[in-house]
Amino acid sequence: MGEPHITVKDLTMAYGDMVIQRDMNFTVNRGDIFIVMGGSGCGKSTLLRHMIGLKQPAKGSIFYQNLSFWDASPKQRRRLMMKMGVSYQSGALFSSMTLAENIALPLSAFTNLKRHEIREIVSLKLALVGLAGFEGYYPAEISGGMQKRAGLARAMALDPDILFFDEPSAGLDPISSRLLDDLILNLRDNLGETIVVVTHELPSIFAIGNNSVFLDGESKTIIAQGDPKTLLAECEIPKVRQFLTRGSSRNDDKLASGAMKA
Amino acid sequence: MPASDTKPSLSSRELPERRLEIVLSGDWNADSVRPSTSEILAKLNPSWAEIGFDTSGLGQWDSLLLTLLKEIGDQCQLKGIKVNRSGLPDGVRGMLQLADAVPEQEGVRRTPPQPGLLEKTGLLAIAAWDETIDILAFIGEATVGFVRFLFGRAHYRRVDLFLLIQECGANALPIVSLISFLVGMILAFVGSVQLAKYGAQNYISDMVGLGMSREMGALMTAIIMTGRTGAAFAAQLGSMQVNDEIDALKTMGFSEIEFLVVPRMLALILMMPLLCVYADLMGMAGGSLVGFGLYDISILEYSQHLLARLRFQDFAVGVGKSVIFGVLVAISGCMRGMQCGRSSQDVGMAATSAVVTGIVMIVCADAVMTLIVISMKW
Repeated sequence: MGEPHITVKDLTMAYGDMVIQRDMNFTVNRGDIFIVMGGSGCGKSTLLRHMIGLKQPAKGSIFYQNLSFWDASPKQRRRLMMKMGVSYQSGALFSSMTLAENIALPLSAFTNLKRHEIREIVSLKLALVGLAGFEGYYPAEISGGMQKRAGLARAMALDPDILFFDEPSAGLDPISSRLLDDLILNLRDNLGETIVVVTHELPSIFAIGNNSVFLDGESKTIIAQGDPKTLLAECEIPKVRQFLTRGSSRNDDKLASGAMKA
Repeated sequence: MPASDTKPSLSSRELPERRLEIVLSGDWNADSVRPSTSEILAKLNPSWAEIGFDTSGLGQWDSLLLTLLKEIGDQCQLKGIKVNRSGLPDGVRGMLQLADAVPEQEGVRRTPPQPGLLEKTGLLAIAAWDETIDILAFIGEATVGFVRFLFGRAHYRRVDLFLLIQECGANALPIVSLISFLVGMILAFVGSVQLAKYGAQNYISDMVGLGMSREMGALMTAIIMTGRTGAAFAAQLGSMQVNDEIDALKTMGFSEIEFLVVPRMLALILMMPLLCVYADLMGMAGGSLVGFGLYDISILEYSQHLLARLRFQDFAVGVGKSVIFGVLVAISGCMRGMQCGRSSQDVGMAATSAVVTGIVMIVCADAVMTLIVISMKW
C-alpha cells in the first residue's frame, strides 16, 4: 500500500485542435480512493477515457506502476486493461445478454474457470452489489440504479487491481448513492484496490475520497490537488472553495461578484 | 386569471434633467397584441442622461416584456445612457439581474461557416478521401479479425454467432422468397413478349434460368440483405456505441472487431450462398408460372429445358458473387455502426448510410465481377 500505482505525466488531452486540459501531472497511490472533480465540461470524463485506454493522449503519458500505457506493446496493454474494471455512467451493460451472461463474459473469455465456477462467481458478484437472484434478468428489465450496480458487478468480474467509476451516483437516489459509497469503501478496505472516481457529488467526495485533483475548464489545468477534506479546510482558491462549499455562504457569493465587477 | 384583460401599451414621457421615462401598462402576455417597439428603440439616443420606467399600470408580464427591456438595456449601454430599473416590478428586476449575472463568454457564440462553391468541392474531396481510407482500414481490421478467427484465436460468443446465422438465414427466407419469385416472373414476362415475336417462347426457361442463376438471384438477395440485415447491424452497433457498450467491450480486453464484426461477417458469408441458391430456384419457379399461364408450357417441359441449358458454372458464378456480397453487406453495416456518433440521430444516420454504402458497393462490385466473368468466358 502507498506506492504510486498510476502516474499521469505531462498529459495534454485534446479533441482535434481543441485542447481540453494541458500538462496534467498527478499520482494515484495504491489503495487510494482518488477523486477527479471539477465543473461540467472541464474534461473529467475525458481524463477517465485516457486513463482506461480508450483515447490516446495528445501529449504526455500515463504510467501504470512503471509501464507507460501508450508505449506498451499491444499485448501488455491488453493485460493492463484486463486489470482495470470500469463502471460506466449508464451501466453500459450488453443489452442482448442477461445480467449473468454480462458478468460471465470476461470470465469465460479470459480465464479457464469451469462453468459451475463461473456461475458461482457471477452469483457472488451480483450479491456483492445487492442484486442476488437477478441472474436471469435483461438490462432493460431492471431500473437505472440496478443497471449501474450490475455494471459494477461486471467491472469487478476479473478481480481488477484498479476500479474506475464514471459518475457513480448520477441518477441514484441519496440512499442508493450512500450504499454505493459504502461499497466502494469496502472494496478498498477489504481488497486493497485502487479506486478512481469521477464525480461532482459532494457528499461522496468527502465520504470516500482521500486524494483528488480539481480540473478547471477555463484555465484548462489542474488547479488543486490533495485530500478533499484538507482542500475544504485549507484551499484558498475561490473556484475550489465555491465548488466544495456549493457556493453556499452568501459572503462568498458577494466576494465573488465583487471580484467580477472589479 | 385577471378579471379583465387590458391591452398592453408602450409610451414614453420626457422628464426634466434629460431623463426619459418609459411607460408600460396593460397586460403583457402571450394572448395580447403587442405595441410596436421600434419607436421607443429609435428614441434612445445619447442625448438622454438616464432612462427610467413607470410601470404603475402594468398588469401581467412574460418573457417578451423581458426581451424588450433587455434590448433597451443593451442599446443604452452601447450609447452610454444610464438605466434606472427602480421603476420596474421586483420580479422583472430579478429576472433581468439573473440574465446579466453570467456575461457571455468570448468566443462561445458559433456562426455556422458558409463555404463557397470551391471550398465545398474541396471539403467534399477531402471527405471522400478520408472515407476511402476509413473503408480500407476497416476492411483490413476485419480481415485480421477473420484470420484470427480461422486460427481459433478470436474471442466471441458462439451463441451470438448461431443467433446471427438464424437471423441472416432462416428468418430472411420469407422476403427472399417473395422478391425472387416475383423477379423471376418479371423476367419471364418481359422476356417472353420479345421471344414470342420470333416464336421462341420455349426459351423462357433458358432466359429466366440464366438470368436468375448468374445475376439476379445473387443481386436481389444482396440488396434485400443490405436493407434488412445491414441496416440492422448498423443500428445495433450504433446504439451499442451510444450506450458505451463498445467502450465497455474494449476496456474488458475484447477486440470489438473479433467480438462484433467477425461473427456478423461469418454469418452472412455462410448464409448468403444458401439464400442465393434458394432465390435462384424461387425465381425459376416464378418463371415457370408465367410460362404455364401465358404460353401453356408445362412444368415438365420447362424444367427439362432448364436442366438441359443450365450448367454448374452458372450457379457457381452467382454463388461466388453472393459470398462477396455477403462480405460487403457485413462490412458496410458494421462499419457504419462502429463509426456512429453518440446521439440517437447518429444511429438513424448510421442505418441509412449503411444501406446506401452497401447498395453502392454491391452494384459496383457486381459490375466489375460480371466483366471479369464474361471476359474469362466462364
